[in-house]
Order: sequence, then C-alpha cells, then structure tokens
Amino acid sequence: MNGEAPRPHSQEARISLLGCEAVLFDVGEARFDDLLQRRVWAACEAAAALDGVREAIPGMNNFSVSFDSGRWNPDAIASALRGIWAKVEPAAESGRTFEAPTIYGGPAGDELAELAVRIHLSIEETVRLHADREYVVAAIGAMPGFPYLAGLDPRLSWPRHASPRPRVAAGVVMVGGAQTGVMPCEAPTGWHCLGHTSLVLFDPERDPPALLAPGDRLRFIVEDIRL
Amino acid sequence: MIRILRSGPLNTIQDLGRAEGRRWGVSRAGAMDPVALRTANALLGQEAGEAAIEVAIFPFELRFETDCAVAVTGAGAASLDGRAMPANWAVRASAGQTLTLDQGPRGAFSYVAFAGGLDVPERLGSRATDLKGSFGGAGGKGLSTGQTLALRPSVQESGVPVEGYGVSFSALPARRMGVHGETRVRAIAAAEWGAFTDEAQRIFEGSIWTVSREVNRTGYRLSGPSLGMRMPLELLSHGLVPGVVQVPPSGQPIVQMADANTAGGYPKIATVITADLWALAQARSGEAVSFELVSWEEAIGAARELDRRLQDIDNALRAARERLQAAR
Repeated sequence: MNGEAPRPHSQEARISLLGCEAVLFDVGEARFDDLLQRRVWAACEAAAALDGVREAIPGMNNFSVSFDSGRWNPDAIASALRGIWAKVEPAAESGRTFEAPTIYGGPAGDELAELAVRIHLSIEETVRLHADREYVVAAIGAMPGFPYLAGLDPRLSWPRHASPRPRVAAGVVMVGGAQTGVMPCEAPTGWHCLGHTSLVLFDPERDPPALLAPGDRLRFIVEDIRL
Repeated sequence: MIRILRSGPLNTIQDLGRAEGRRWGVSRAGAMDPVALRTANALLGQEAGEAAIEVAIFPFELRFETDCAVAVTGAGAASLDGRAMPANWAVRASAGQTLTLDQGPRGAFSYVAFAGGLDVPERLGSRATDLKGSFGGAGGKGLSTGQTLALRPSVQESGVPVEGYGVSFSALPARRMGVHGETRVRAIAAAEWGAFTDEAQRIFEGSIWTVSREVNRTGYRLSGPSLGMRMPLELLSHGLVPGVVQVPPSGQPIVQMADANTAGGYPKIATVITADLWALAQARSGEAVSFELVSWEEAIGAARELDRRLQDIDNALRAARERLQAAR
C-alpha cells in the first residue's frame, strides 16, 4: 500500500484496510469542502466501475470501496484508487432540493437551549443559524437513509457525546461534530438533538428506499420553536 | 406453518444479510453466527443463505402445524416434544410437535432452519430482519408469542433421515481459545491504529477484555483498560463494516457486529476478521475476549479455510444423506 503515484494535488490521501475486503480512501483533508466532496462522488463512480469492485460509497472527505479479494489485494486496489483520485474531476452540480418542516426545541430537541448557551446566542438566533441555509447531502450512511449534511455554520459545531444516547426518535434534527443530520429511524446516537422534522427519510417499500442521495440539497423550514 | 409459543423480541428471522444496501445506509444484517446458520441449512441440504430463526432469548418454543424437517445449530439446547436433541442436529418433525430451545452451556445465538425455508418476502434483496430500519423478516420486528410463520414448500425431499442426524462438534469450526480460556479473535489494524498511544496498542493486544452488558446485534461494547490516543481525534464520518473496533472517547472499544452502522465517526483501532467474528458474536456478556493482530494475507487465508471447512461439512452431509437413502 506504499506505492506512491504522482499526485497533482496537495493533500496526501490515506488508504487503510477496513477488514479483509474493503479499504477506506481518506482524501487527507481535515476540513470539509464542497468541491472536494464532488471529486469524492466522481471517484466513487469510477471506482464502482472497476472489475471486482462491489461497492464504492462516499463518506465525508473519504470513500470506502469493497472488493473481491480473489481479484484485488490491498496494494493493487490502493494504487488503482490513487490513480483514479489523481485524475478525477469534480462531479457536476446536480441533485434535487427537499424541504424539512422542523419544530425546533421541545422534548425531541432537548439540547437546543444548551447549544444556545454554549455559543452565547439566543435560542432564536441559534435556530436561524441552523435553518437559514441550504445543506448539501454529502453522504448517506450510518443508519438507513441517514444524510450527512454539509454546510453547518461552524459556530454550531459541537463535539459528539462521549457515550451515545441510547434512544433517539426518527425525525430528530441533530448536530454532531461539524455536521448536522436527521435521524431516519429510532436508534442510539452520539449527536445532539435540536428539533424534529416530519420528513420521512427512509421507507423500505420505496424505490430507492432512501429519500435523499449524495448531491441532493436540504433546507430546514422553521415550523415552530418550543422551549 | 409453525406457531411461535414462546419468544423474546430479539429473536428474529435472519439469512446471510443484504450485500448491497450500504449506498442507502442499510446495514448488512443477517445471522450473527453465519457459521451456525450455514450448518443448519447444510443439514437440510439447502442453500446456505436460506432464512432461519435466530434465537437470542431463551427459552424459545414453537409448534409445527405441518410436517417439516428442521435443523437446530448454535448455542441452545433443543428438545422435540420434551426429548432432547443432540447439538447441531436435524430431524423430521410432525404436525403438532413442539420444539423447545433452552439456554445451552455456551454461546449466545441458536439457529432454527426449516426445509424449504421461511415464507417471508425479500426486502432489498434479503429476508433478514433489519431491527433498525424495521423491515425484513416478519414485519421488521422480532418474533412474538402466538405469531404464525408460513413455510415454503420444499423443492425436493430434504433427505433428513427419520431418526435424525447431525454434525459432531469436532467437525465444526471451533472458536480459537487463548491461554486464559478466553475467545481469541484475530483482527487487522485499521486507519487510526497509529494514532493510539504505544501503551494503547500494547494493551489492545495484551489485555483480556470482558464482553460488557451493552451488547446487541449492532455492536458489542467491551470493558477493560482504557485505550488512549496520542491526541484527541474528531473524525469526519466514514464507512464501517461488521468487525470494525471503534474506540469512543470513553476508551472502551465497541466492535461493530452484523447490524453494523454503515458509517461512523469514532476512531477505529482494528477490524475483527470475518473468519472470527462469528466466534465473538457467540461470546456472552461477562465472557473474556482477546485480540491478535494479523496481516491481510492471514485474514484472507483464514476466511478461505473457514469456507473450505463449511464446504467439507456440506459435502459430508450430502454423502451421508445419500448413503442413508441407498441403505433404505
């Protein structure tokens, strides 16, 4: 995995094994960037087209590729992915726009007030920082239909809980680290809860089952703020 | 048809899981112990990934409403109408008979497979229950008392002898045991291995970990000495697979299991290899586990060796059925 291909880009990609039949390709940039992510989507598409590659799934500033171990070894897949990354152009802007009617605060958003105190803003100002913008779906993962949304105001960034909260309901709007997202189903999470939306993100009877896909845009619409 | 007489909500229908749901954030799901599931289906001479009942909560009891060959593998101690069945055994059950599974001396999961398979619809390419997304299996939920499940008609005669037959423990893949009697699992270093302190790297491999009470199909939290990092790391979300050992800021590792989240943000110290993940899945709360780091080549070798063992079992059972049939 140490065969270094020439890189026209400044960041050094890091490739690591994710078990026997998958690798994680980290583009080597700590800050999320829209243009970089569009290269990640394009690289995923190119990687998925390789013979013996099962899936290539975007993360945030990274993507994971599962491969047939009869066809690829870690060195070979690493150099193939480095080759793709060196050449790949950002995917064209595309995607649909969705609106998520949201009730901020209340029992489902019980950490909103704490966040406001934390960043020395009023609750209304905190909500406005979250709702008054368009987020880009950078990746889908963690839970069925869960969107990793890019575009969070850095002031709302909040390190995840040291230990996950055991149960958070579907539809809960959250922040975790520098990211925001919506809970698609009831599950544990280390993220902080700010509100609740009625948007249904996952339905196994729907084709595709996930409402959102990488490249889509999402806007939170303030329905109410409750204390 | 079968009728569930006693069950807990964590007893679910599982097969070998969903291969390609990650793009939608859908976990693989499937049997926690695929070795036991495959053995159960091999006993019935059917597809390795035919859906079966995964029993995690004992006692579990069902009644046959129709005649059906049935195989039971894994942790539990099974009896048919009160008569104990040997472990890893298949019999022809008759309508009206009751199958009971009690907690056995070892292991966490049992599998009950039926000739022909359970007649539940495929969802996103699998019959496995996805408890997180509430779909698959029987309505996306665990089995409950009184529930009935339809069986698909057997394509062919299962060949299971009337008197029953089984696989001996010595023929089955065994968990690897460490010097302290702990379950020893092999793992490959993961992305953040080098970001852990030298001491953390040493204790990860050198310590005996205890399976905590916080275990479910998504992950097993282990307890032991705290694994520290050279500096705190807040990562952007990235892909996960079953077997990944995450270390949240608490320093206590969580191993992602069959219902592994498809992405997460905690640092990853290692990934348990596929060939050993079933053995970890069968470790109960309070049991001891240790890790051994191996190379990719060793991990692949172990996976192929396990496949060969299961193929050998399948072949031996097929030969046994043919022998018994010829003798009849």
